[in-house]
Amino acid sequence: MPKVTIDGVTIEVAQGTTILNAARQIGGDLVPPAMCYYSKLQGSGGKCRVCLVEISKGSDANPNPMPKLQASCCTPVMDGMEVKNLTSQKVQDMRKGVVEFLLINHPLDCPICDQAGECDLQNLGYNYGVSGTRYQEERRTFDKIDIGDKIQLHMTRCILCYRCTYVADQLTPGRCHGVINRGDAAEISTYIQNAVDNEMSGNMIDVCPVGALTDKTFRFKSRVWFLKPYDAHRECTKCCGKTTVWMFGNEIYRVTARKDVYHEVENDESGKPAFICNECRFEKKQKSDWVIEGVRKMEGWSVINQGKYMKATEQVIIDADPRLMTGRKEDRKVISMKSVDK
Amino acid sequence: MATNIKNISLSGRKKDVSNKDMTFMERIYLPAIAKGMGITLRHFFKPKVTIHYPEQKREFSPVFRGRHILMRDENGAERCTACGLCALSCPAEAITMTSAERKKGEENLYREEKYASVYEINMLRCIFCGLCEEACPKEAIFLTEDLVAPDYQREGFIYGKDKLVMPLEDKPVNIK
Repeated sequence: MPKVTIDGVTIEVAQGTTILNAARQIGGDLVPPAMCYYSKLQGSGGKCRVCLVEISKGSDANPNPMPKLQASCCTPVMDGMEVKNLTSQKVQDMRKGVVEFLLINHPLDCPICDQAGECDLQNLGYNYGVSGTRYQEERRTFDKIDIGDKIQLHMTRCILCYRCTYVADQLTPGRCHGVINRGDAAEISTYIQNAVDNEMSGNMIDVCPVGALTDKTFRFKSRVWFLKPYDAHRECTKCCGKTTVWMFGNEIYRVTARKDVYHEVENDESGKPAFICNECRFEKKQKSDWVIEGVRKMEGWSVINQGKYMKATEQVIIDADPRLMTGRKEDRKVISMKSVDK
Repeated sequence: MATNIKNISLSGRKKDVSNKDMTFMERIYLPAIAKGMGITLRHFFKPKVTIHYPEQKREFSPVFRGRHILMRDENGAERCTACGLCALSCPAEAITMTSAERKKGEENLYREEKYASVYEINMLRCIFCGLCEEACPKEAIFLTEDLVAPDYQREGFIYGKDKLVMPLEDKPVNIK
């Protein structure tokens, strides 16, 4: 089994493991970010260049450093390899450049975008990006199109990571959307509008690292940080039925798959990725449809944690006149809290 | 003299009250009345310290933060895009909003494709800290120099878009 040292941490991994996956086995800050690589989708990776790392020692057999930075998502580890990610200034400078490239055509409409708050590109831009832009040419823009009944494509935001095409290839029997044209004219599209109607097609929304593919049932409904995520499940014949429901009070605003720290869909008990079907995602928006398991913990730095009490609370029963808690009816006339009167 | 609660003065201003007889001048009171009238008369000619609010208003400090305003751009369109960052930053949780999608033909009403269909600030919760103004990425919300008007009812303090959005005639003109 090859031994690899990443930022001074040594780990022994299985033959053929990529550097990115070896780093993920170590975990923590030294994991390179990834925009296009998705461990649950075969063949993904190698497109965004965000995960490039410096290999200061190729292997024990050939200790020369690799001349250029290597994409960690598709470079397998060699025995004795030494990799520098956070410790290499070259990598940090490169990543800043790649973020600038990715943001060339990406609109700065985070205040409008539904993905804001859980967007990989937003995190990346925040961590590595510069606040200004040097790009003066006209940015490419597209009209929004509905590529499915409940899926909207906003091509302007797309960074061409190809994840959604892998979803269509690997989860659904026949792909009917893809990348057409080449070079800077490349775009995601279907040949006929509303062509994507497969039962698992909604997973495109979950794998999209930016807000290019969005859930039309959740579009502009709320911001992710106002919603509280709960793990929930239901009996579903088409998928595993294990999801995260995003609630505001007792109302379910949207349903997504359960995602891990790398924003990839978690595996279920059988070890398969727990992708969910469109029925669970788009149609089951009643609390009675779901068995709520408990609050889902997000990463500590996530804005979704803002203003939420995540610890389990004991219910306190106050032995008092109920009128004491609700107040007089005439005092309750407030616009924002109409539901109290019901 | 032995220390006793009756003869110590913690404030240093203790005065013993005596019941001595008043002199003739004190007994007729007239000099004291004239003295008091003199003080009153002197104040007639001193500069006034009060103002006639609301006709006159005091000058506020340049950093004064009063009630909010939702700005319009040069075309009169609302700048707010309902991103929710003001509500997120609000330490008093005074702001709520509901967003909606702009329809075709409403480009002169709303600047962005999403806008706030409901935007409410509870002025009783608001602490006028100005964090909403700082958080706003669209330069849409500002705290003005106006005061929040008094009201008899609590619901009168929940300011909706009718009270918050800048009147159309006040829209900023493009100064080149």
